[in-house]
Amino acid sequence: MTQPERKALKVGDTLPPLVLAPVNRTTLALFAGASNDHNPMHIDIDFARKGGMPDVFAHGMLGMAWLGRLLTQWVDQRQLRQFNVRFAGITHLGNQITASGRVTELFEADGEHRAKLEIQSANQYGEIKIVGDAIVAL
Amino acid sequence: MIVIDRKIIGMTFAAHSAVVEAGQLRFFAKAIGETNPIYFDESAARDAGHPTLPVPPTFFFSLELTRPESNWREQAGIQLPRVLHGEQQFTYHRMAYAGDTLHFEGRITDVYDKKNGALSFVVMETTVTNQRGEHVADIRKSLVHRNG
Repeated sequence: MTQPERKALKVGDTLPPLVLAPVNRTTLALFAGASNDHNPMHIDIDFARKGGMPDVFAHGMLGMAWLGRLLTQWVDQRQLRQFNVRFAGITHLGNQITASGRVTELFEADGEHRAKLEIQSANQYGEIKIVGDAIVAL
Repeated sequence: MIVIDRKIIGMTFAAHSAVVEAGQLRFFAKAIGETNPIYFDESAARDAGHPTLPVPPTFFFSLELTRPESNWREQAGIQLPRVLHGEQQFTYHRMAYAGDTLHFEGRITDVYDKKNGALSFVVMETTVTNQRGEHVADIRKSLVHRNG
């Protein structure tokens, strides 16, 4: 893994984006089991329809886990200080998510150099699904 | 219109512990398409200076979900099909690894409405410590309840 060079890093620099495979039912079944989130809204179409949704949809935390991959492929997890998101839209079956991020601030706190990152997930139609920010030590 | 009972503000959940299992970390890595071997291959993790497989950034949420079932949602008027995840925040203090026993102490810190009561937000905050009593992470979760 190539670590971002602190001296070379500038506000506006972008993280290498992460492009995911389209969401299918297998993705959701595996994530339900692996993540301990057994909420039937994500795996049982009958339950989802009773809840007023046309079909099952992705767990918000699957999208956040992908943003976590975006961060940890760019910076060692030991340097991750904060990771915050707001779920802005439902990720539906067939959605292909791209996770992206950019540096918005360089600062010092608790005796270390840090960068604040703006991160987001969007599908293949450009619809924003998750917005958030992260703070990493450099 | 459903009204979420404000009395749940300040409610604490029974503290619980969860052992981080290597097999589940590998399953989680597979489920999210992880390609960085430090998250599923112990020797790659050790080569990168970790004692063993690290707990990835969002997996604390999954460990917290092992909290024993209780009926607090029903008591507060929350219906599962109406719940969406609103916000999620993690603050990290130190790494956690396979084999660690993590301790979760959570509470409900706020309930508020938006859109003239069409949506209620329930905010929960949890402190995570390890088997040595060290502070590992703080988790803040905000659920959205569709009331209409």
